[in-house]
Amino acid sequence: MSERGIQWFRFTAPANFYDLAGRLIPWFAALTIALFAAGLYLGLVVAPPDYQQGDSYRIIYIHVPTAWMGMFLYVLMAIYAAIGLIWRIKMAEVMAKAIAPTGALFTFLALWTGALWGRPTWGVYWVWDARLTSMLLLLFLYLGYMALHAAIDDRQRASNASAVLAMVGVVNVPIIYFSVHWWNTLHQGASITVTDAPTMAMIMFVTLMIMVLAAWMYSIAVVLARARVELLERERNARWVQERLEGGKT
Amino acid sequence: MFRPLLALLRRDLTLALRRPQDALTVVGFFVVVVALFPLGIGPDPEFLRSLAPGVLWVAALLAVMLSLERLFSDDYRDGTLEQMLLVPEPLGLLVLTKIFAHWLITGLPLVLISPLLAVQLNLRPDEIVMLMLALLLGTPILSLIGAIGAALTLGLRGGGVLIALLILPLYAPPLILGAGAVDAVMHGASAQAHLSLLGAMMVFALFATPWATAAAVRIMLD
Amino acid sequence: MADREFRAVDLAAERGERRLFQHLDFTLSPGQLLQVSGRNGCGKTSLLRILSGLSRPAAGQVYWGDEPIQSVDGGTGSCLGYLGHQNALKEDLTAEENILIAGGLGGARPNREAVLSMLASLGLAGYEDLPVRYLSQGQKRRVALARLLLQPRALLILDEPYAALDVQVIEVLRSAIEAHLARKSMIVITTHQTVDIDGDCRNLHLG
Repeated sequence: MSERGIQWFRFTAPANFYDLAGRLIPWFAALTIALFAAGLYLGLVVAPPDYQQGDSYRIIYIHVPTAWMGMFLYVLMAIYAAIGLIWRIKMAEVMAKAIAPTGALFTFLALWTGALWGRPTWGVYWVWDARLTSMLLLLFLYLGYMALHAAIDDRQRASNASAVLAMVGVVNVPIIYFSVHWWNTLHQGASITVTDAPTMAMIMFVTLMIMVLAAWMYSIAVVLARARVELLERERNARWVQERLEGGKT
Repeated sequence: MFRPLLALLRRDLTLALRRPQDALTVVGFFVVVVALFPLGIGPDPEFLRSLAPGVLWVAALLAVMLSLERLFSDDYRDGTLEQMLLVPEPLGLLVLTKIFAHWLITGLPLVLISPLLAVQLNLRPDEIVMLMLALLLGTPILSLIGAIGAALTLGLRGGGVLIALLILPLYAPPLILGAGAVDAVMHGASAQAHLSLLGAMMVFALFATPWATAAAVRIMLD
Repeated sequence: MADREFRAVDLAAERGERRLFQHLDFTLSPGQLLQVSGRNGCGKTSLLRILSGLSRPAAGQVYWGDEPIQSVDGGTGSCLGYLGHQNALKEDLTAEENILIAGGLGGARPNREAVLSMLASLGLAGYEDLPVRYLSQGQKRRVALARLLLQPRALLILDEPYAALDVQVIEVLRSAIEAHLARKSMIVITTHQTVDIDGDCRNLHLG
């Protein structure tokens, strides 16, 4: 009885996920476009310029959501990886792997926009600000995770090994953050920080939240799409994959 | 209980003594890297002095990282690591013993040779004492964290380079604290906080990392 | 401990994404030997690694008595000894050191006499003090066998133990195996050679 239950789980859960994700992705994609359009319009046209930084502050509408997503996705990835490792749930392994590139992309964008913002604010592209430095180390953690995953041929072993790395990383992220912060205050006295936004007007706050939501919707859509492809690869010998590919329904 | 661990410690130390060149290479690397820095940035004594804590720490960190590849790979290749999984003793403790042996062979010599290099970079006696103290607390952390990377790259092509990518971001906290301790003394401040935090980090690493390393070894040998 | 059975229940193994075998069941009682046969690549080594708890099966479970093999009281290694393709010897240590250290790792007191007489019985008298690096393949294999036979385990799992051994040594090993079975221990073995062993032998054909 229990054996049949396991068989059922093994063979139909990925299929269900595959179909459901396929139906959801267009909706999340549409939401992404709508929210980005609204956010960019509000941020670039409606919101007033900052009284200190002028128009250059507007990059926070990209910078802050990307930085938040970069950090949050790492934690989410580690959680999925841990679930996959401990309970041996394949879907969680697939999700962890699918999240990594999107998280790395957001982290990279946060660094990029931070550098662009630094130029008009401090006259240099890069300052060793605590948050930028932490984000840089976070990007390295993502790259390490992806490199390890790619270096191991056996899928199961790759998932397990990189799950250990993700869990070690997520324990270290706060330690890294605090030590970098401490280092920064020691070396620079009163620290300059990138995201200490000036007191925000309501419209700025609303715009920021819309952009954060847009980043969320984008992440969901892209991660689901990547997870579907990964599932097809992993389960290419399973009957449900054959059925769907023959039916031309991808 | 401790007989297996002592047997393993003795084995690793005996092997290191029969091939002393392995440990000496690591020390040699440390010395050469530090010697190259003045060539890159100029001989001005005051400037070198101000860079010394960072230079010495980064060099020590790279030396430890280079030595890590061999921590498990020899045992992996000849099958003794596999047999270690069958020893009736928690794998975490065996791993910890191996890391300790590895630190005695590579980390400790770095601590002992560091005053010589510090003199070359014009550090003063009290700063040198602090450097040794910080390295004494810090190099075990480097070995403990690095062991996870060494285990995760077992049997992979290009394992050495991959270890660097996996491990170096995790080395940021000990680097900041260790170099910071020397820096604090240099600027007449107290390094108490740095050392306390380094000590706390070492205790944490001592208890947490061997289990992660053991899990990684099991996965890579599965 | 001596009267526990060794059971495999509904085992399956995969390599890459290919099923090597599935629905594999057997029970081994004290004093029995299981010979695993099959062509190359059919999963003999994978099976042996699963039986010794080194690998996790794709499905099923291996039991030592009533306990799953990975969570045997006192560690998997307390009930079984495993000899894989690799000899697990340190090239820089002598044969004697290798065996003594392996014994120490297993928690045993060093017993030089026993080691030397075991090495002598496997035709290695005079080679005890040489770093293993200088021994031939067959001699290394014999050192590994000596190490295994000196550890009193209720179950021995041997992957191609006869490989690279000459006829006389195969004879010695055969009698060691028979003595082991007579002591109500169990053995799982893979081999290409046919070596007739006197005892309660079973066959398992894979693939």
